Amino acid sequence: MSNQGAGALIDATVRPRRLARIFSRDHTVIAKQFFAMSIFFLFAGGLLALFVRWQLGFPGSAVPVPFNFLMTRTMAPGGVIAPDAFNGMFTLHATFMVYFAVLPMLVGALPNFVLPLQIGSPRMAFPTLGMLSFWLSLLGGLLMIATYFVDGGPASTGWTAYAPLAAVSHYTGSSAGQNLWILSLAILGIGLILGAANQVVTIVNHRAPGLTMFRLPLTVWSFLVTGLLVLLALPVITAAVGMLLMDRTLGTSFFVPAGLSVSGSPLAGYAGGGQPLLWQHLFWFFGHPVVYIMILPGMGVVSDVLAVFARKPLFGYRAMIYSTFAIAGLGWLVWGHHMFQSGMNPLLGTTFMASTMAIAIPSGVKVFGWLATLWRGQIRFGLPMLFALAFLLTFTVGGLSGIFMASTPVDAFIHDTYFIVGHIHYVLFGGSLFAIFAAIAYWFPKATGRMLGERLGRLHFWLTLAAFNCTFFPMHILGIGGHMRRIYDPTVYAFLRDLQPVNTFITISAITLGFAQLLLVANIFLSLKNGRRAEPNPWRAATLEWTLPSPPGDGAFAVVPEVHRWPYDYSLPNAIEDYLPQTSLHVNGTGTGTDS
Amino acid sequence: MSDAAHNSLVAHQFDDARQQQEAATVGMWTFLITEIMFFGGLILAYMIYRNQFAESFHAASRVLDVWVGCFNTCVLLVSSLTMALGVRAAQMGDRKKLVLFIIATMIFGAAFLGVKAYEYAEKFEHHLVPGPTFHFHGVPGHEHAPNAEIFFSLYFAMTGVHALHMIVGLGLMTWLLRKSIKGTFSKDYYNPVEICGLYWHFVDIVWIFLYPLLYLIDRS
Repeated sequence: MSNQGAGALIDATVRPRRLARIFSRDHTVIAKQFFAMSIFFLFAGGLLALFVRWQLGFPGSAVPVPFNFLMTRTMAPGGVIAPDAFNGMFTLHATFMVYFAVLPMLVGALPNFVLPLQIGSPRMAFPTLGMLSFWLSLLGGLLMIATYFVDGGPASTGWTAYAPLAAVSHYTGSSAGQNLWILSLAILGIGLILGAANQVVTIVNHRAPGLTMFRLPLTVWSFLVTGLLVLLALPVITAAVGMLLMDRTLGTSFFVPAGLSVSGSPLAGYAGGGQPLLWQHLFWFFGHPVVYIMILPGMGVVSDVLAVFARKPLFGYRAMIYSTFAIAGLGWLVWGHHMFQSGMNPLLGTTFMASTMAIAIPSGVKVFGWLATLWRGQIRFGLPMLFALAFLLTFTVGGLSGIFMASTPVDAFIHDTYFIVGHIHYVLFGGSLFAIFAAIAYWFPKATGRMLGERLGRLHFWLTLAAFNCTFFPMHILGIGGHMRRIYDPTVYAFLRDLQPVNTFITISAITLGFAQLLLVANIFLSLKNGRRAEPNPWRAATLEWTLPSPPGDGAFAVVPEVHRWPYDYSLPNAIEDYLPQTSLHVNGTGTGTDS
Repeated sequence: MSDAAHNSLVAHQFDDARQQQEAATVGMWTFLITEIMFFGGLILAYMIYRNQFAESFHAASRVLDVWVGCFNTCVLLVSSLTMALGVRAAQMGDRKKLVLFIIATMIFGAAFLGVKAYEYAEKFEHHLVPGPTFHFHGVPGHEHAPNAEIFFSLYFAMTGVHALHMIVGLGLMTWLLRKSIKGTFSKDYYNPVEICGLYWHFVDIVWIFLYPLLYLIDRS
């Protein structure tokens, strides 16, 4: 199949036609396309978050002038965000961030660029699938943006689209918006599945000679496990949203129970009998693995960055690999912990509680492995290292707050409050996004041939870290205080009025956090133009990509490298350099140079 | 494998034909795993509702014509046989037989879809399509099925997606047919036939599950 376009491609490399350049099958170009898409949605989603925060921090006051340009009159009469629009905004915020910012970055941009370089392959296995995976994802993204502008407004049922709220359009008033939301996710899902298949096959099949599985860097291992998770999780949501769409458009009752009413009168047109809980099971069977899809690549990147910047071999290499598999495997057994309060048999709840708590074990293996890697290392606080350390910090906080909610009795008290909002942002922003920032800083020189500006980068880092904690840590306090998530105006509840200053503080911090991200973009553009030229191996790292010039250019691995050792030979006793590239044959001493 | 064959049949991202063959095969298996998860979601819904509405499912299932379903099962199984023979012919480098077996596979596939279309038309006539016009009469002795609509929702969702996969399969067969008439495949290069065959067999197996789940619930 893959040879179909081979002839055409040979022509294309000689004289690239415009279409072939746009619909590029070159994995580096695909990575850049994914990167641009992801950054765009990061900012779009961030802006929506700020609108949501504005309403919560300053309920009932108009959105400040330069930022209300996105508000139609129905969305914000008099500049104040309307309740329906508010629902749409937090829905789109989460949808953008989860599906169109973080997933395309971690399943699209990062593997397409880093993966072939780290396994010494000039190409991905399926260039056409790679191309399709980006363009389908983008199509999904465009459809999702379109939901903002259609009649009835965007989907406003949260990123989880619980039925029957999402299954019957009378409830939210969003008809076309919710349908497009479903369609968009189905298309994105297909795109990501194609990308993941490409990534898994490439790892299995395209490694350089001598690069055995147990000589792969942790980043590549995490791509493999993530790819498998995508392959197993995304089809389930595709089936589920398919049934949801049938409920909405054809009048089936997969998720619509009997006896529903709309504004006092019985709901017509549905036979009923469906189970709303089925949607929750199907959604979370996909939704929980997805949070691991979003954290595991970050863990891989951080493992590599910590070893390089501590100048030490990664502690417990095999344990790190096995714990990645353990997290991914256990991730399939815990989806019920999202549904403790949905009417679950307490016995089943206890089972899910136990399996969820069990994930703390492989996660603990990882955290202690990272700490042991740092222990007595010659730590260099480069930009990637700062973000990796911040990841360590915030991921641990997020992991611990997760244990609170995994415990059924505690969850009864804090579920659906700002505690969970705080938790998810600690693992998704503090975890995934900090790891993405670390990855950007780490591979920027390899991708562009320029170093990412250190001064602006540090400013961005410290501002982000401070504003991040000021934004999301107080949310735990709000949650304990009983502040429900997804409410429009906290001041109408008497018991929340005393907490309003906390809300205002969070909003101001969030605005700072949002604007701090402009520094990253500024830094990227400034560094592209004026950045210090990067040497082939600025971090003195051992993995294969650093044996190439920066940027690698078209001829990457034209001569196939031969790999002789694992990727973490740092500070070897008796070695001349303090690291040995994976391609180096001689140990120059008595160190244990292999993985055995 | 000669250099000439390497240039024309091995895509440039692969080192050699063997690597290309392995990648394509692993890729197809990977894709089939995702398909299992996809149909798995539907089958989960089926399991839950069949358990909950056992009586309705039994009565509703009796409306389906078990012999038409049986005929279609045979048609698909034969198509799998011709597909397998086609792969064999490709491996032996027998172009004539390959073309013949692909055409046979396509005929059986199309026959399956034709019968399915006939069944769908019948459901439309008898108001068994979910939605506002749904009305369930049942067969004598099995009229009581308050939740028959859920059964038929699942029937249409599952067989509909299956039919969609058949249509994609026919597209792949058309592509294979063109290539095999052109003589692209040989003893040294038959991998596309093989992996399209994998897909075809998979779609068959899905039907092997759907047939008893939908047609044979309560036929003792």
